[in-house]
Amino acid sequence: MARDVLLESVPDLRADLDRESMAAADVRTEEMLVNMGPQHPSTHGVLRLVLRTDGELVLDAVPHIGYLHRCAEKIGENLAPYQFIPKTDRLDYLAAMNNNHVFSLAVERLAGVEVPERARYIRIIMAELNRIASHLVSFGTYGLDMGAFTPFLYAFREREMILDLFEAACGARLTYSYITIGGVTHDLPDGFVERCREFLDYFEPKIDEYNRLLSYNQIFIKRTGCVGVIRPDEAIAWGLTGVCLRASGVRWDLRRCLPYEIYDRFEFEVPVGLPPGGVPPVPAGVPAPKVPAGTCVGDCWNRYFLRMIEMYWSVAIVRQALDGLPAGDYRSKVPRNLKLPEGEVYFEGENPRGQLGFLIVGDGSPIPYRVKARGPSFCNLSIARRICRNCLLADIPAIIGSIDVVMGEVDR
Amino acid sequence: MSPEQIAEILKARFGDAVIAADMGAHPQVIVAAGHWPEVARFLRDEPALGFNMLRSITAVDRPAEHVLEALYDLLAMTPPEGAPDGYWTARHAFAVRIRVDRGDPHIPSVAHVWPAADWHEREAYDLLGIVFDGHPDSVEDHDGLHPRRILCPDDWAGHPLRKDYVFPIEYHGIPGTTEYETPNPVH
Repeated sequence: MARDVLLESVPDLRADLDRESMAAADVRTEEMLVNMGPQHPSTHGVLRLVLRTDGELVLDAVPHIGYLHRCAEKIGENLAPYQFIPKTDRLDYLAAMNNNHVFSLAVERLAGVEVPERARYIRIIMAELNRIASHLVSFGTYGLDMGAFTPFLYAFREREMILDLFEAACGARLTYSYITIGGVTHDLPDGFVERCREFLDYFEPKIDEYNRLLSYNQIFIKRTGCVGVIRPDEAIAWGLTGVCLRASGVRWDLRRCLPYEIYDRFEFEVPVGLPPGGVPPVPAGVPAPKVPAGTCVGDCWNRYFLRMIEMYWSVAIVRQALDGLPAGDYRSKVPRNLKLPEGEVYFEGENPRGQLGFLIVGDGSPIPYRVKARGPSFCNLSIARRICRNCLLADIPAIIGSIDVVMGEVDR
Repeated sequence: MSPEQIAEILKARFGDAVIAADMGAHPQVIVAAGHWPEVARFLRDEPALGFNMLRSITAVDRPAEHVLEALYDLLAMTPPEGAPDGYWTARHAFAVRIRVDRGDPHIPSVAHVWPAADWHEREAYDLLGIVFDGHPDSVEDHDGLHPRRILCPDDWAGHPLRKDYVFPIEYHGIPGTTEYETPNPVH
């Protein structure tokens, strides 16, 4: 049964197999349980999948998570919000700036803290640079998953420059705790703006280089095109957000649809998954990308490719933010024992992997009564069992890699 | 649609099943646990509401009131009209709160309404011990029929996010932290 479904969905495979002669030869196979992970190079961290296989066919894939569980939410209800910021670094550790940002915004909404104009621009610059750095890791490791080693080296070469910028701003290279309640911890160092512009000018042409290196590679398209397809209605029902939702053709991005911070001041487009021949929007002056044949909306290739296009727009946003960067304070005066009023707030922001949400319940004391983190990877991963059904064993790394999960955020 | 209007629609349709409404910073209604699946289906399917995305389920322990709460954050996303490649819009956001007795917390599952609830409900059981009846991924053990744990190991005892949770002294021979005498801070 499952084999028929697969043969229907993969025409190439069907052409290679003479089904009638196979049936005549009565090829019997046995089901086997394969344990993939928790230490497996292509599961991106400690994710364990139990696969029920029939030969090369995967009949069912059950994700088991929790190997990195630290109960961050329990820690959250024992610390003041500014003490919890370093814990948010460790949720999605590839996008620590974005985590700091969303958590700070949630606390500021609850406690009514004002943020100076300069700090808001610095936050946007950092959040978008981190988005590029995060997408670079995703791009590089996805190449590794698909057997291409070179893109990984390219990606990490450029990511290193972003980390140098972060290091100049806050001293840390992975867990920044830079964006904090009321602003950012330090002002930008001398020469940061120039160095940042230099990097953007260097980096923007590289994206096309990556595309030529990996995105349009025929082997890569064969591995990822039309694999792990998610329909738009499914994506919404399963609570998918970010790239996983947009690759299915849903043009939804919190930065545009429910703008927060000062995102409404910048000009940028949000790319979505397109059928072959489609041309995603890119800033003026860069080579126009084109969706190649052999792909379809909502597949692994589109999820991968959206990250490449999003990097163009993050560059555009950082440029505009650098242009508009005003002088002034980088942090408002926030008391250390900031009292959180009774009540609750739910706030979501657009992270590289989707919508990170924090629900904070205050009870009048400086320590929140309850902190809930809604990790985008957690929700995105929950559809894995649905789409890893009736595919080939080799498709599993392609699908899991394209969802781009960070286990620190799944397990919290 | 404003949160007040949503609350009005729900009150008109379900009467006493909608216990209270709070139109503060986080607009929400409190719904009786027994009526939750039908309210959920109405929230999703009623064209005027159209809450197609379940964003998050937050469970909160309130031992002082002897209550466990589940807070469902919902969002209605609308496709663009006319231009197929336009932006989707956020019609409205709303939240539903279910309050159940802390001694015997049971809430009907809504995983068949929003599949996203599957993992969120497993997490709420795992960390706070709310039993979601009719959950598609349930197991039966000495705690009765409940959703499968998701973050903690299957044989973990207790629910860590309860306010009175005490960290175990050991787990399969792995010593726990014993140097801290106070189990949890008291709010």
